[in-house]
Amino acid sequence: MGANHGPDPHDHHHGTAPRIGIGGPVGSGKTALTAALCRALGEQLSLAVVTNDIYTTEDADFLRRAGVLDPARIEAVQTGCCPHTAIRDDITANLDAVERLEHKFPALDLVIIESGGDNLTAVFSRGLVDKQIFVVDVAGGDKVPRKGGPGVTTADLLVINKVDLAPLVGADMDVMISDAHRMRGELPVIAQSLVETPDAPEVAKWVLAQL
Amino acid sequence: MLTALILADSRFPGGGHVHSGGLEEAAARRLVTDEPSLESFLHGRLLTTGLLAAGFAAAAARGEDLELLDLELDARTPSPAQREASRAQGRGMLRAARRAWPSARLASLPASPHQPLVIGVVVGDPYEAALTCAYLAVSGPASAAVRLLGLDPFGVNAIVAALPVEEVASRACKELPALGSPALDLLAEAHVRREGVRLFGS
Repeated sequence: MGANHGPDPHDHHHGTAPRIGIGGPVGSGKTALTAALCRALGEQLSLAVVTNDIYTTEDADFLRRAGVLDPARIEAVQTGCCPHTAIRDDITANLDAVERLEHKFPALDLVIIESGGDNLTAVFSRGLVDKQIFVVDVAGGDKVPRKGGPGVTTADLLVINKVDLAPLVGADMDVMISDAHRMRGELPVIAQSLVETPDAPEVAKWVLAQL
Repeated sequence: MLTALILADSRFPGGGHVHSGGLEEAAARRLVTDEPSLESFLHGRLLTTGLLAAGFAAAAARGEDLELLDLELDARTPSPAQREASRAQGRGMLRAARRAWPSARLASLPASPHQPLVIGVVVGDPYEAALTCAYLAVSGPASAAVRLLGLDPFGVNAIVAALPVEEVASRACKELPALGSPALDLLAEAHVRREGVRLFGS
């Protein structure tokens, strides 16, 4: 019986692959954005993904079915009913998943960690990710950016998804984008529709600039 | 004593919040549905898995051979899923402990040790280590019951407070127990094989 189950619990992630967190409310399009980034960057970068969906493998299955990434490069973690705890207060399960991926693929260029859907206050710990993207969508209401909360105000990038739906749900894009800039100061905002641009080119460009 | 309090705190970042100690599976099978059935589950867990783990925490705190203890605990844990859950929590606790309480003895532990060994080494005092371990054996499942079943947190807290945790910790300091808990073994094995919704790691 060996005692070496799993990776060595080294202290911190400096010197290993850069990590980008993708957070935001339920249904805002985090998994769709993750899949788009895999499509856009999977050829040129060695990528891996950790998903935190509350249904354990729902998002991982979505990514596997989408065929955008080798299934071996996707890890799903359980969050004990508390997705924000697993990305912020106690990041152990996510660190374990990242280390398993780094062990399997030693030369990773980027690890994307997708949070389970949560509320506007959920942000990633700096002990887990280097940069974070917060995703909201127009169908959630155009008042979401001005409600603020740490996700909207402090994330390194705010993505407003599903802009193609704006006329259908009565969302005012000008208000939404100007509110977002007002709440975030100099921090960037990207409005996009994955129906119109399935590979999320602007977000992919931003991600590449972070590496 | 402060170290024991920190380890037992549910806000300690050692990965414990994603483990339910079999409670998720028991709840899914409607074996635990309310406060009386939760009390019975926790009582049984404390007097079997809890006492066993606490005994190993106390032995590690007394300075006994860690490699041997790790193997002895493996031998007393027939369910592979339970062994992995204990090692996952040991690995998480070790990651946090190496930053907070570095020591040569801590560094001598394997990469993914059983959690009671980490508790014993970090706490140092056998009784306090046993108490911490016994408490964690029931506080995790109790918290999971609040989250999964929506039980009244005051009622659940009162159940935990009335459990004989101190008595178990005292017994655990006397000898290395070899208790079995077949129901918990079966629940753990059924849990890792569950298709579909699974919110906890164990």
